[in-house]
Amino acid sequence: MKTFDYRRADSPAAAVGAAAAARTRYIAGGTNLLDLMKLQIETPERLVDINRLDLHDVEDVADGGLRIGALVPNSDLAAHPAVRERYPLLSSALLAGASGQLRNKATTGGNLLQRTRCYYFYDTATRCNKRDPGSGCSAREGVNRILAVLGTSDQCIASHPSDMAVAMRALEATIVTLTPAGATRRLAIGELYRLPGDTPHIETVLEPGELITHVELPPPPPGRQLYRKVRDRASYAFALVSVAGAVAVEAGEIRAARLAFGGIGTMPWRDPAVEAALIGQAPGRPAFEAAADALLRDARGHGSNDFKLPLARRTLVACLAELTRETGR
Amino acid sequence: MRIRINGDTHEVDVDVRTSLLDLLREHLGLTGSKKGCDHGQCGACTVLINGRRINSCLTLAVMHDDDEIVTIEGLGSPAALHPLQAAFVRHDGFQCGYCTPGQICSAVGMLDEVAKGWPSLVSEPGTDAVALTDEEIRERMSGNLCRCSAYPNIVDAIRDVAGAGA
Repeated sequence: MKTFDYRRADSPAAAVGAAAAARTRYIAGGTNLLDLMKLQIETPERLVDINRLDLHDVEDVADGGLRIGALVPNSDLAAHPAVRERYPLLSSALLAGASGQLRNKATTGGNLLQRTRCYYFYDTATRCNKRDPGSGCSAREGVNRILAVLGTSDQCIASHPSDMAVAMRALEATIVTLTPAGATRRLAIGELYRLPGDTPHIETVLEPGELITHVELPPPPPGRQLYRKVRDRASYAFALVSVAGAVAVEAGEIRAARLAFGGIGTMPWRDPAVEAALIGQAPGRPAFEAAADALLRDARGHGSNDFKLPLARRTLVACLAELTRETGR
Repeated sequence: MRIRINGDTHEVDVDVRTSLLDLLREHLGLTGSKKGCDHGQCGACTVLINGRRINSCLTLAVMHDDDEIVTIEGLGSPAALHPLQAAFVRHDGFQCGYCTPGQICSAVGMLDEVAKGWPSLVSEPGTDAVALTDEEIRERMSGNLCRCSAYPNIVDAIRDVAGAGA
């Protein structure tokens, strides 16, 4: 690990001030950052420890939503009564991620900003445009089983690894930040992430030194909720495909649908065309297949991840069947 | 910095890069916590910080002054084993033993999470009282790998202690 200057901040303003220096990273749980620093993939010159900031609370908001401090650990958020009762898909997504030990450390803000687990991003002996811009991409022609089939570019096919962020996309979360200039900024979660394009090393729209302070959830969507994760082992593995869904059926017709996807996209994925294919339709195979067609219309495999196209289709169809199943059967 | 480990206060001078695991093993001679992968993937380094189980390889020592840390050395002694230590012996919950301190610290933290009613991915939705089935134990302990694959006996040992405490 390269050495660094360690600072501890006692307020968001102080944290942002300390992060004004070049090559600074905030550290909260550190479960991904320290992993990458040991491999010298991340080489910050300064770490600003934000664990003592007062961002550890989950609060009810008057409109029926929830305001989550950026430092709330993943395990606490998953176990929070309001999350379990009103946003069960978020609780499930959190519990589907990592291990008990990691969830006890990893935070809400840090989870959003975790980096890809692409093998080639991690292996410094290979080419990676995300780790070393302009060096090329060893993944395209390599073992890309876990990598993305949507949102990719010629420069990068890295998948976003988070489960929590997929759930939060389905729940239409807002990311609240403190900018280096001291202003509060609010971003829809879909606006936080950037597609890789020609600059896969730039993953979000956050400015250097911008600090995530809260994540806000609007009132829960109508209907039944579900998070399903398909992976290579039963626990403690990243998603090959995951689906976060909330679907409401009334009078034999799908009235509302929110669907977001993990494992297949370069960012937590949501596509309005998928939901549009369902609204107003009777629940059933034709509508579910049409939604899958919409999801996968631009999807492209790269060899060893070709299987994700049929897997995503089947997982989506199975989830929609579960979400629209009449109760009592 | 000052750090409290197993009830003792230590004054230490460490490089900022030192992981909590390396502080324990290399500076304080507490070699019960093991370094397996050093990347949070195996769980051999699991310790309890303020009662919560975490991977000590993935946190910096300097981030933990004021914190109360418990390692395997703080749970029991050869003369007075912690109930989980005794259960691992009774059920033969190990072969080489390298993962065992992490398994036991993790199980202590895990049982506390169960006592608080925390759900797991396999818990029945909407219930606060967790029935600690073998499926629950396996899911909740998935962050601790055992390359000897002593899992059946590890599950037996944990179930034994959980049942006794319930």
